[in-house]
Amino acid sequence: MRRVGPFILERRRAPSRAVVIGVSVLAVLAALLVMAIIFAGYGVNPWHAYATIGKSTLGSRYGLMEILRRTIPLLLCGVGLVIAFRAQFWNIGAEGQLLAGAVAATGVALYSGIPGPWLLPAMFGAGFLAGAVWGIIPAFLKVKLRVNDVITTLMMNYIMIYIVDWLIHGPWKGPTMRGFAYTDIFPKAAWLPTLPLSRVHWPTLVIGVAAAILAALILSRTRLGYEIRVVGESEGAARYAGINFLRVSLAVMILSGGLAGLAGVGEVAGIHHRLLSPTQVSMGYGYTAIIVAWLARGSPLVAIVTSLLFGLIFAAGDVIKTVLRMPFQVTGVFNGLILFFLIGVEPLMYWRVRLLPKGERWTGRAGSSGS
Amino acid sequence: MDWQSWLIGIVGRALAFGTPLLWGTLGEIYAERAGVVNLGVEGMMVLGAFSAFAVAQSTGHPGLGILVAALVGGGAALIHAFLTVTLRANQYVSGLALTMFGLGLAGLLGRGWEGIPLKQPLPSVTVPGLSKIPLLGPMLFEDQSILTYIGLVLAVVLWLLLYRTRWGIVLRSVGESPATADALGVNVFLVRYLAVIVGGVLAGVAGGYLSVEYRPAWTEGMTAGMGWIVIALTIFAAWDPLQAIWGSLFFGALYHLSYRLQAWLPPELLKLMPYAFAILVLAIAGLSGRRRGAPGALGVPYARGEK
Repeated sequence: MRRVGPFILERRRAPSRAVVIGVSVLAVLAALLVMAIIFAGYGVNPWHAYATIGKSTLGSRYGLMEILRRTIPLLLCGVGLVIAFRAQFWNIGAEGQLLAGAVAATGVALYSGIPGPWLLPAMFGAGFLAGAVWGIIPAFLKVKLRVNDVITTLMMNYIMIYIVDWLIHGPWKGPTMRGFAYTDIFPKAAWLPTLPLSRVHWPTLVIGVAAAILAALILSRTRLGYEIRVVGESEGAARYAGINFLRVSLAVMILSGGLAGLAGVGEVAGIHHRLLSPTQVSMGYGYTAIIVAWLARGSPLVAIVTSLLFGLIFAAGDVIKTVLRMPFQVTGVFNGLILFFLIGVEPLMYWRVRLLPKGERWTGRAGSSGS
Repeated sequence: MDWQSWLIGIVGRALAFGTPLLWGTLGEIYAERAGVVNLGVEGMMVLGAFSAFAVAQSTGHPGLGILVAALVGGGAALIHAFLTVTLRANQYVSGLALTMFGLGLAGLLGRGWEGIPLKQPLPSVTVPGLSKIPLLGPMLFEDQSILTYIGLVLAVVLWLLLYRTRWGIVLRSVGESPATADALGVNVFLVRYLAVIVGGVLAGVAGGYLSVEYRPAWTEGMTAGMGWIVIALTIFAAWDPLQAIWGSLFFGALYHLSYRLQAWLPPELLKLMPYAFAILVLAIAGLSGRRRGAPGALGVPYARGEK
């Protein structure tokens, strides 16, 4: 408890939902404010910039559809990361797991010979598996050899980026692509259907929403979910409860990596219809999903909302590039800023501001409220 | 090609490629010795690389570019210090935010500078006399950057500072047990701020080296994950500045080999070698129990009067 002028600051244990939402909105607004300064520094009127972005994203059907299609990979990766973060597993590797899924889907689409109607389900299955495999290597290393999970998951990203690069320049380079570093176009049976006049591959969107609901159920209603929560909250308690760390970590990373893998399947089967340069496939979705998950504060259902927010930011990045003629990297700056403010305002949530009642003297001790 | 010139080439280039890794690792070692993990190395390096190039190109003084890179790196680290030391935010998330922010900002500002060769790169030096020693001379003392030598000397100085002076004891105690250090009258917050800023300054120089000396030009994302290799090296070196030298040389050699072996293997697969080795090396470090060198309070924010 502290006194600042006429106010009393009190510590509180668990912030209410309203406070959490309020503080999160505050962080986003603060980031928007700093972005406005950056826009101005770039010689673009910030009002004009925000108005243009608003009109071209939220203000048109095409814009709304673009938000949705950007939301899909962010949602899938974000839900996976929520699960990982709940278990205190620092999965920074969604980017690589997404690419692993894209590679597996491409392999199945081009080389498996699976007949038409079974092709897409097989691609999703292979994508989930590939993402999961890419995810459990760090899990194994963390539990068995105590190798830092941040570093391994990150290194796995770079390794997968170069594997994709190698595939599209070497063995999988499409003979019909005239020297470009692409694979051949997928057969039509491997194309995901899209909503009319848009790039929203809706089956992946449905999978994403279903994954969010399932993840919420797993976390709150199952034994695995209970174990994940205990591991995440206290390692000591988990050991005391006899929880098998390896089993929980592997399960977490199978889900987390697998969901990111599904996102990769969606990108190649729904948008590009071939495997191409890794930066064009993953676009930083895996990294942005870290913020999606962090903002969702451990709730897979809230991740639906936060992934929509970042879908909007990605769509805004396109507008910034094409209409305002500023580089797409603006979104990277904005993402970093949001994350800065998000963790910067966090302490605010644990303080309650109260006006010192008139006439009452400040004793420096907890009063009637008791703390 | 005879084995001598092959060896000279490898060691010489390993030194050149290892230099930014060494600078970055030395910085991260100091930050982590004070108990603060900074995952923003990649971001600080790339900001250093861009600012060094921009200043060197517009003033014609590459040395000034390096100086500004150091300041920019330190400034970026200050954000991390404020968030993690003062506001006690999660160190991992703050560092990741710094990397995203740095990569984004450098990419944004660097648009107009892309692909222009630097007019006046930092001159490389050949040490008179020493370069005449057979084998060792051309290996170590011919055509190297001045920053390579400063980096090596710095590693020794930082080691002495850490293990042979009062300052070193203070720094290590803050990372090991901040509450004890605080009780003994050490200003934990000040020490952590300084250590994180030193880390940023060195990472900034590491980035500057890349753009005004190693490849005298600016390309977006030219740090290519080196910042993350630095974090792996910090663990591998067991938070010891002298061991950082060997680690940097090893990874410098790996980077060099990934170019050298392109006649036999596809370049894309060679490029993933340093990252695969980073995992391998950490797994070996884990097997041999090397992690025990980790500062006790690494990653834990310190608050006075709390457990």
